This record gives sequence, structure tokens and C-alpha cells, in this order.
Amino acid sequence: MISFFIKRLLLLIPVFLAVSMVIFMIVHLVPGDPIDNLVQINSTPEQKAALAAKYGLDKPLYQQYAIWLGKALSGDLGDAIILRRPVVDLIALNLPHSLALGALALAFSTVVGIGAGALAAIYKDSLIDRTTMTLILLGSTVPGFWLGLLLIMLFAVQLGWFPVSGARSWDALVLPVLTVGLGGVALVARVTRVAMMETARKDFVMMLHAKGVPPWQIELRHVLRHALLPVVTILSLRIGWILGGAVTVEFVFARPGLGSLLITSLNQRDYPVVQGSLLMLAIAVMLGTLLGDVVQAAMDPRVRERIK
Amino acid sequence: MALLSVKDISVTIGKLNLLDGVAFDIGAGEILGLVGESGSGKSLTAMCVMGLLPRIGGRITEGSIIFDGREMIGLPEVELRHLRGKRIALISQNPMTSLDPIIRIGAQIDQVSTLHLGLSAEAAKARSLDLIAQLRIPEPEAIHGAYPHQLSGGMKQRIVIAMALAADPDLIVADEPTTALDVTIQAQIIQIMVELVRDRGLALMLITHDMGVVAQACDRVVVLYAGRVAETNTVEAIFAEPHHPYTRELIRCIPRLGQAPGSLKGIPGAVPSVVDYPAGCRFNSRCGAAEDLCRNTVPALERKTSGLAACHFSEV
Ligand SMILES: Nc1ncnc2c1ncn2[C@@H]1O[C@H](COP(=O)(O)OP(=O)(O)O)[C@@H](O)[C@H]1O
Ligand code: SF4
Ligand SMILES: [Mg+2]
Repeated sequence: MISFFIKRLLLLIPVFLAVSMVIFMIVHLVPGDPIDNLVQINSTPEQKAALAAKYGLDKPLYQQYAIWLGKALSGDLGDAIILRRPVVDLIALNLPHSLALGALALAFSTVVGIGAGALAAIYKDSLIDRTTMTLILLGSTVPGFWLGLLLIMLFAVQLGWFPVSGARSWDALVLPVLTVGLGGVALVARVTRVAMMETARKDFVMMLHAKGVPPWQIELRHVLRHALLPVVTILSLRIGWILGGAVTVEFVFARPGLGSLLITSLNQRDYPVVQGSLLMLAIAVMLGTLLGDVVQAAMDPRVRERIK
Repeated sequence: MALLSVKDISVTIGKLNLLDGVAFDIGAGEILGLVGESGSGKSLTAMCVMGLLPRIGGRITEGSIIFDGREMIGLPEVELRHLRGKRIALISQNPMTSLDPIIRIGAQIDQVSTLHLGLSAEAAKARSLDLIAQLRIPEPEAIHGAYPHQLSGGMKQRIVIAMALAADPDLIVADEPTTALDVTIQAQIIQIMVELVRDRGLALMLITHDMGVVAQACDRVVVLYAGRVAETNTVEAIFAEPHHPYTRELIRCIPRLGQAPGSLKGIPGAVPSVVDYPAGCRFNSRCGAAEDLCRNTVPALERKTSGLAACHFSEV
């Protein structure tokens, strides 16, 4: 298991290099010069050049990349051009908010999604199944930011149950978590339901009935357990999607977080911050996939066998 | 009185009439062979006896199944569950797919005795280890902790047999227990199973398409063809004097080593499919002795010099 973990970690190195290169390049491919934002309207080309030299923007791209990556690996993501603080500090300030939102949204999607999917599968073709699946279909077709606005209107503005925005107290998390999580709930519920119905048709399930095992035990201890395998796969594949949801939702709710940081710095063309936050998001996605692999190996002996 | 008495059951799935008046008895401690080519209704009969027919969407429209003096048809699911695994156990056709692939072998055997005998976890494990050893599997402790994919097909089928024995049932239904296995180990598995069943005095309904297996293992035999009983008799008598032409064909075509499993090469033609069963005797499309009577009138299952057979022209 440990060696599997290390192997997977090593496999991520080329992925990380490629991703970091893309992140570095994207920033240089978007139109707009950050120097323009820094200098007075009427500054001379010489003044601009001096500033560019100060931030290393005058060197060839591959050199800039090598320098940037080398520093990034040693924990130095440079200084923010606009905010004039180390990018690492900005990330350290914002990351915990995003982690809390992401983790809670993930937990919410997983628990509620599995519950709803299992319910729909166990009572398949009944009213429970149809109601659950209709709600889930609705939930999955509404975009996150729109859902967020609706939730703000209803629960924050009309009912006043939760804060409209910000992150001053725990209950400010409720609406953002719902907004990010509901799409995940829909996804997880659908995967759970289909996987459970497929598993229920397998020979070993008939054998369990032949052994006289009570149906609820068959559903929960055997069928659901099998259905969790594709759920883990889909979740680890969709971790970027969930984080992406968090990015827009932070913006809608005016919450601090990597998403807000990214969007603000994009608007201000603050290269180092954009690069730093994208890199953090990429690392989160990679670690998420790794976590998915590990969980899957823990749950399925056949996966462990294949690893050996 | 018979332990299990299947009385003229007819079975439908959707609009298909799949079994038509199937009847037979199994006495306590008796080994009954249920023989027929693929598609003759053997597995459906097994499902009826297990009370699992509704699980595959089937319905018993007529007849009755009496187990140990009690009618099984119409019994509430909860009560059927107390019979299944505890008093009537199943050994299924394909050991490769009948174990839960992500649960340890041991836990799957333990499950039966904790469920039906109320054993503690330790007692159940001790019992399972003993059963594994009785199935002549080396290193029971290691096997108990292994996962299904780590075992060969033959080993898995032994585990399924251990599972069937775990709650001390009175009747075991074994649906072609060796068809999916390598021919070289088929006879061996049958032999171990029969030995354990005889030692315990259990009744066994052994489903097979192979009269050779019947000769090896059974006391009595029911020959099934296209959803009807063609003939039934003791093994000795049926080999000495088969009354039904289909039985004679089955005996003539006992599979030899090396032949593809499940196939019975040699009987000309194939079992007709449910939707075009011929009128009269369903075997008439393949029978050398068929006459007009066979194509118009269903032969009744009648007493012959010994046993019962459903043929207009069986001589005695
Ligand atoms: N679930 C089902 N739906 C429709 N037809 C079925 C179903 N199961 C079995 N049958 C049909 O019933 C007949 C008997 O099947 P089965 O009992 O499996 O035969 P055997 O076990 O003797 O090979 C076959 O013609 C088969 O096609
Ligand atoms: S009844 Fe006729 S067709 Fe059927 S087995 Fe006997 S002789 Fe053959
Ligand atoms: Mg069959």
C-alpha cells in the first residue's frame, strides 16, 4: 500500500511539470500587460522597462519559467504585483476558506448523494425513486452561481436565516456549501443508483438471497458497498469540477478563498497571484485523484491485486 | 413422507409458459438427479424450490411445493428466508460469480452460521475453518482470510459447498455445480460433495445435463425436457431400462472427457425454444419414433414396469 502510494506520487511528477508549464504559459498568452497597470498613464518606455526588469518580465519565457518553478518548489511564489505582498501569504490567508468550503461541499455531496441514490435504487420505480430523481435532475441542471443567487434570495434576503455573504461565522458557510454541493449530490446520487441497480443483478446477490440474508443487509452491506467503488472513481475525477464550482461560488458569496483571489487577480492581471492560485488548485486536483486511488485500493481487493 | 414434494407446478415469466406440470419427490437423505439439456427448465425448477422465482420475475401459476409438511407457495418472504440457507441451501452453477468479490471468503461462510445458527463471530469462524478443512482445502486459515479472486474455480466451488453446509440444511439444491469448471476436476468435486451429503444424511437435488454424473452420484433421477417431466425412475432401473426415447438419447450421449461443458453432442436437433414448443409431445420434433398421435396429443406421465414416463409408444 505504501509503495503503491509512493509510485502514484512519482507518477504525478510529470503531470505536475506539464500542468505548471501550462499555467505559466496561459498567463503569458492572455492579452494585456501587467506593467500597464503598475505605471502612471504617462510614464516613459524606460520607466516601463525598468519595472519589467524588476519583476523579471524582460527575460526569455523559458528562463522565466525555470526561475519561477525553481522558486515555487522552494515555497516562493513571488510577490503580488498589485497587492505587493508575498503570493504565499495571500494563498495562506485564502486557502483555509477554500479548503473548508471544498471539504464540506464534498462531504455533503457524498453523504447526501449516496443516501439519495441508495434510496432511489432500493425503492426503484416507486414514488420515492421518481421524486428523488426528479429533484436530482433539477439540481444538476441549474448552474452553481445561479443556484447560489436563488439561495441567497430565499434564505438570506427573504428569510434572513443565513448571512448574505462573507465568512465571519460558521453559518456563512451553509449557503455556499449547498450551492457547490448540490451539483455533486446529483452526480453522486445518479452514479450510486445506477451502480446499485447493476450490482443487484449480479449472481452473487442472488446467492445472498439464497443464503437467506435479509434484503436490507444485502442492499447495505453488499450492493451499496460495490456501488461506492464507481462513486469514489467519479468523485476523484470530478474533484477539479467541485473546486471549480467553489471558485465561482466564492465570488458570488463574496467569500475569501482561492477562487476569489484568482478572479480578483485575473481582473487585475496580477500574474504571480494568478499563477500561484492556479498552481494550488492544480495540486489540489492531483492530490484529490491520488486520494481517490488510495481509497479505491482500500475498498477493493482486486484493485490492490492489480497494483502488486 | 417425502422431505420435498413438488406437485405439478407450472411456471410463467411474463407471457411465457416455461414449466408445465413438473412433479417429483425427494426423500430425506436421498440424492435426486434432475437431468436435461440446456433450456429444459432445470434452473427454473431450482428457483421454485428455493422460493426465489419472484426474484427473476417468475410466477408459479399452478401446483404446490411441500417442504417438510408445509406448503411453500404463498409463504411470506420472511418465512422463506428462514428456510433459505438454513433448511434448503443452494450451490449455484458458476462459482466464479457467486461469491462477493470484495468480501473475504471466510466472512461469506461465517455469514450463514451467524445468521441461521446464531453463532458468535469466533464460533462461526471455527465452524467455517472446520468446513473448509472437510472440503479438503489445504491451509483453511489462509483461505478463510483470502478474497475470491485469489482462488481457482474449483476452490471457489468448494467454498460455495462449504457455505451451503454451514447451517446444517436438510436439502441442498446444486444447479450444475461443476459445469463451469475444468473437466479434470468435475468428478472430484461431485465426489466430495456427495460424500459430505451422504455423511450427514442430507437430501440433494443434483441438477446436471450429464447422465454420467447421475450414474456416479444419484439414487433417483427425473428427466426434464422442454419444461415437462419426460421420465423418472431409480438410477439403476433407468439405465437398465429407459422408457422414454429422450432418456435413451441422454444415456447414449454421456459426455466424454474433453468435450465442451454444457453441450450434449450427439442428440440430433436442439431443444425447441419456448415460443415454438410443438403441440403434443414436445420431443416429437427430434424423436425417431414420432407418429401423428405424438403431434396431436400430450402423452401423460404414466406408470411403467418401473418408474414413470411420458411417451405414447414406450413399450412397457
Ligand atoms: N428470466 C427468464 N425470462 C424468460 N425466459 C427464461 C428466463 N429464465 C429462463 N427462461 C427460459 O426458460 C427455459 C428454461 O430455462 P432454465 O431453467 O434456465 O433451463 P436449464 O437450467 O435447464 O438450462 C429456457 O427456455 C429459458 O430460455
Ligand atoms: S410420445 Fe411420441 S414423440 Fe414423444 S417421445 Fe414418445 S414416441 Fe417420441
Ligand atoms: Mg440452468
